[in-house]
Amino acid sequence: MNKINHHPGEDLLFDYATGALGEGWSLAIATHLAICPACRHSVSDIETIGGQLLDDPSPEPVNEATFDQLISQIDQEPDQIEAPLNRRNPDAQSPVLPEPLRSYVGGDVNQLAWKRLGFGASQLLIPLREQGVTARLLCIPAGRPVPTHSHGGLELTLVMSGAFSDDTGRYGRGDLQEADDQLEHQPHAGADADCICLAITDAPLKFKSFAARVVQPFLGI
Amino acid sequence: MSDLKPKPDDKKAVDEMGLLILAIAANQDRAAFRRLFDHFAPRIKAFIIGQRTDPSMAEEVVQETLVNVWRKAKLFDPQKASAATWIFTIARNLRVDLIRKSNRPEPDVNDPTYLPEPDISAADQLSKSQDANQLRQTIEQLPDEQQAVLRLAFFEEKSHPEVALTLGVPLGTVKSRIRLALKRLRLEIGENQ
Repeated sequence: MNKINHHPGEDLLFDYATGALGEGWSLAIATHLAICPACRHSVSDIETIGGQLLDDPSPEPVNEATFDQLISQIDQEPDQIEAPLNRRNPDAQSPVLPEPLRSYVGGDVNQLAWKRLGFGASQLLIPLREQGVTARLLCIPAGRPVPTHSHGGLELTLVMSGAFSDDTGRYGRGDLQEADDQLEHQPHAGADADCICLAITDAPLKFKSFAARVVQPFLGI
Repeated sequence: MSDLKPKPDDKKAVDEMGLLILAIAANQDRAAFRRLFDHFAPRIKAFIIGQRTDPSMAEEVVQETLVNVWRKAKLFDPQKASAATWIFTIARNLRVDLIRKSNRPEPDVNDPTYLPEPDISAADQLSKSQDANQLRQTIEQLPDEQQAVLRLAFFEEKSHPEVALTLGVPLGTVKSRIRLALKRLRLEIGENQ
């Protein structure tokens, strides 16, 4: 297990904990949290503050019928009680993609219907309930670059296997890169293995080269 | 289900509301559920109405939250969160689902890829809830501008950029106010762990 060096900023963890962060960004944060106990600890501190604010002593009267409705709802579906699951078998083969990402894409990396993207890469668009943000899984072949680009808005990139590097550092499994419209970069996949990463964007990338810009509309990136 | 009850040698005292949830988990105790309802239903409603939600929608979130408390009571772990914190997370998720009509993706503790916490010694497992009053006092002692951003974030579910827009201040100002508030409150939460 490699060590995670690039964590989400506290503002992202905070907005995730309050519930304000949109679905696409939250998918990247939640998937990072699955493999980062330190960031889960930060989120749980923020939830403790939320619990305290909820417990504020200025309550709002509730309709007296609500409790009876509750009881009848519970009685209608008595078998909906959830029990703690047994913890997984530690010897089981562990998938590459953690939950919640694996369910969002519909399987682990070897079960997916990748689409060719040009420059040797492939992608899988991830359906979201919330509009305005695009989530995709990207696979960049080992040793290959992504054409130099900047960002029309924000981009979160979470590495799931392999690694990529750019001027800002090296990103391996679990590392999260936050890019904004100030960053122009040319990420290279590491030489040893294809780099599979989750990328969340709220605006199309801006490719520097004319050739990349010409084909961009056909690539859907 | 006696294993759900706190053992006498537990380092941590479970607060009154936490004990009610444990009673629901162990015996589907309706009297405990009524007491929990009386305490939390009006608070959840106040919390949701803070987000300019109409009262009938707020009632729906209250009801769904408490149905979930009943159904998930066996998943409540007083070592990890106070009753109020646990209920906050349930209400928050329902608010995203029912009011914002969106999803809030979460890690799954039972997934084989989930990396568990390093083992925490029993001595470290002190309650986060024990000193709830102290945490409340600390929140009340924060500068007004920090309290204001916390309320917009938690009660109105506004993100950093939305808080900046609402207050008419730069994003960097919001970030630093929240960072300062968290830094101060973490001292308090950390002391109780």
